[in-house]
Amino acid sequence: MLRHWLPHPLLTLTLVLVWLLLVNSFTLAQALLGLFLGWIIPLFTLRFWPDRVRIARPWWLVFFLVKVLWDILVANLAVALLILGGQRYTRPAFVPVPLELRTELAISILANTVSLTPGTVSAWLSPDRRTLLVHGLRVRDPDALAREIKGRYERPLRDIFEPPC
Amino acid sequence: MQEIAVSALIVIGAAFTFIGSLGLARLGDFYSRLHGPTKATTLGVGSLLIASVIYFSTSGSGVSLHEVLVTLFLFITAPVSAHLLAKVALHLGVRSIAPPPPQVQSARGAEGAATDQRSAPRGSGSGASTTRATG
Amino acid sequence: MLSIALIIAITLVCGALSLSLWRLLAGPSDPDRILALDTLYVNAIALLVLLGILLGSALYFEAALLIAMMGFVGTVALCKYLLRGDIIE
Repeated sequence: MLRHWLPHPLLTLTLVLVWLLLVNSFTLAQALLGLFLGWIIPLFTLRFWPDRVRIARPWWLVFFLVKVLWDILVANLAVALLILGGQRYTRPAFVPVPLELRTELAISILANTVSLTPGTVSAWLSPDRRTLLVHGLRVRDPDALAREIKGRYERPLRDIFEPPC
Repeated sequence: MQEIAVSALIVIGAAFTFIGSLGLARLGDFYSRLHGPTKATTLGVGSLLIASVIYFSTSGSGVSLHEVLVTLFLFITAPVSAHLLAKVALHLGVRSIAPPPPQVQSARGAEGAATDQRSAPRGSGSGASTTRATG
Repeated sequence: MLSIALIIAITLVCGALSLSLWRLLAGPSDPDRILALDTLYVNAIALLVLLGILLGSALYFEAALLIAMMGFVGTVALCKYLLRGDIIE
């Protein structure tokens, strides 16, 4: 019953927060209006969201986000130095990373994380979704880069979204 | 204190924005140029927006957090556009310093065949309509 | 101090805008030009935020949000056009 009237609680929560930020006033009236919008919009757009998002360990997601934010800062300094140094210091390469993630959301988050962090951009996902092609700006050892991405970002995402139960 | 923080964030953010565009202008091939705007520019604009949050929250009336929305939006959309652009470049076979891996080439051949098949009836359809119009 | 910082920042962002514009005009391939347009709108957001702080008005935030959304949609539409030869399938 609850599932019928509130199909996507996470989406509802996100919409309430976005509404409060958008009107930029945190009053009870706006919160009620936001709750109403957050309730009615998922009902009307139900057909766009066939799967229910399942986060097995929400707190690990918070840790993961903090780690990624820190990595974004470090990666930005590295990339800025590379750009200022010029082309002599770059050694671009394509690195294929074999994927173990299966859910679409987890793969998207991994691709976005890889694009934002360590001097790499996710370039291409193979049609069978088993290989993510990554372009690195300065690659010395392609295997080490693939290992780092798998250990640092893919394993936490597997724990969060696809726990081995 | 607040003024120093805002000034520092503004200058750092603008510097990162500039470095991102500098990378876009001076690096050698398309895939390397992709790195500047996705990382440096996004962080630069994020830093400017945080400066704006601090400035309006301390000087204006009450807390002002709506800049966070733009920051979040940029941080979510920048990697998506970068991924799409890289995919387009691989699809078109844009020149690259690093050798493109073989699996993309084979997949591109298959994809190209599929699009050819799909575009063929559309081309014939338009041809038929023009003949009808002239007839 | 804030005014000096603002002047430095606006100069830097204008430099960034002209570099992106140069890439937009010179870019050897189509993806290069789309990337330059993408960077150009992000730089425009930066300039708008700086203008908002300079004039002490929060009104420019709506414009920045709209540019962010429209710019992203425009980039995706152009990419899809190059990828498939068609925007709406």
